Amino acid sequence: MQQFEIKRLIPMELFGYDVSFTNASLFMVLALAVIPLFYLIAMNRRALVPGRLQSTAELSYEFIANMVRDIVGEKGMKYFPWIFTIFMFILVLNLLGLLPYSFTVTSHIIVTFALAAMVWLIITAIGFMNHGVGFLKLFVPDGVPFWLLPIIVVIEVISYLIRPISHSVRLFANMMAGHAMLKVFAGFVVGLGLLGGWAPLVFLVGFTGLELVVAFLQAFIFTVLTCIYLNDAVNMHHH
Amino acid sequence: MDPQAAKFIGAGLACFALIGAGVGIGNIFGNYLSGALRNPSAAPGQFTNLLIGFALCEATGLFGLLIALMILFA
Amino acid sequence: MIAALSALAVVVAAAAHEEKAGGLPQLNPADFSPQLAWLAVTFVLLYLVLSRVTLPRIGEVLEERRDRVQRDLDAAERFKSDTDAALAAYEKALSDARLKASSMAKEVRDRLAADTESERARTESELTAKLTEAEQRISATKSKALASVDEIAAETASAVVGKLLGEDVSPAEVKKVMQPAAE
Repeated sequence: MQQFEIKRLIPMELFGYDVSFTNASLFMVLALAVIPLFYLIAMNRRALVPGRLQSTAELSYEFIANMVRDIVGEKGMKYFPWIFTIFMFILVLNLLGLLPYSFTVTSHIIVTFALAAMVWLIITAIGFMNHGVGFLKLFVPDGVPFWLLPIIVVIEVISYLIRPISHSVRLFANMMAGHAMLKVFAGFVVGLGLLGGWAPLVFLVGFTGLELVVAFLQAFIFTVLTCIYLNDAVNMHHH
Repeated sequence: MDPQAAKFIGAGLACFALIGAGVGIGNIFGNYLSGALRNPSAAPGQFTNLLIGFALCEATGLFGLLIALMILFA
Repeated sequence: MIAALSALAVVVAAAAHEEKAGGLPQLNPADFSPQLAWLAVTFVLLYLVLSRVTLPRIGEVLEERRDRVQRDLDAAERFKSDTDAALAAYEKALSDARLKASSMAKEVRDRLAADTESERARTESELTAKLTEAEQRISATKSKALASVDEIAAETASAVVGKLLGEDVSPAEVKKVMQPAAE
């Protein structure tokens, strides 16, 4: 579990709060540097017929843009930069965390919870801004018998309030479980020695590939769920 | 009972949650596959839904794993 | 298998032992505030950079490409319609020319036919005229010949009578005598 340990690299304090530059901060700053740098290099030539890097950059753009357009519709396109930022931030932090000796920022519940809470707060604000008090109708589904309504409304409210928790725990648990698993099997390699250590090593290589998929998938899922919640707020779908 | 032993047993029990996740994920992918074989042209359109279902299902199992880890290490 | 299980037990126990002091690192409240602070700073900065610089740039390139493709498609469409128009004009000219040629041929044929017809009619009428003239001449000659037959007959008869009877009988008398017989 020491891979999840926070180490204070440069102790700092602001207004009595501890804001030290930790290894987590280091990787966040790294992501902040890597993402714009990648796009700067990839889009440098602005070629009409894109090369490999530029294709990748454009593919990521189109991927998220299509996702927003499919789920939320044209009205959601003004939130596209925000959703794109969420996706790239989580994706790059997940992938950076897969490098040996690196630190996985998204394996910390406080980080994922902060992201999910931000999503939840902003989307709730968007819902109230677009529909006013009418946004509360989200908790009253159509076509429910009136004697069921009290129960349904309570359930809907709870499921709405619990969204940031499930949203954040999913990402956090996936990243943490994956890394803990890698650690356990790496322990097997050492524990079984030269004779028996090869089997877990092979498994470890395969599992690292799976973790790459999971790193992408969880960033994707986080973004898709954000889009679905945003759709509720923008279009007031009655479900 | 030794509290340490109870802790390990509890963590093991919490991991039972992963049984349900395994069944659920198998269900999702199996049904997706059988549906995709019946109507291959409609399959790509449902890929996003497949991944959402997979993630929602996996998360429930991971909640259990999380409890296990918390019991062990917290 | 047993080795693997015991190794797992060892690792987990060691990890548990190691963490005895601090517990799960993720749940240490002392670490929350630096992470939150840096998360807020980096996320907001990343959002600003992406939304102000990076995304508009990619969007611009994509937009430009879409415009370019649309323009090219439009141009191709225009060329195609031009080609179609030219083709239609050519077809029309061709059919016009064909029509004109056939009408001209008909005209020539008609004129030739008319010429031939008139020529034929003229020749025919000429021939008819010649024929009738010839017929008239023949009939005239015939009637003249017939007229002279009487005279010759009378002369011959008078000569025969003179020789036979020894007396002179004028042809006029013979004629007078023969008249009733002739009638």
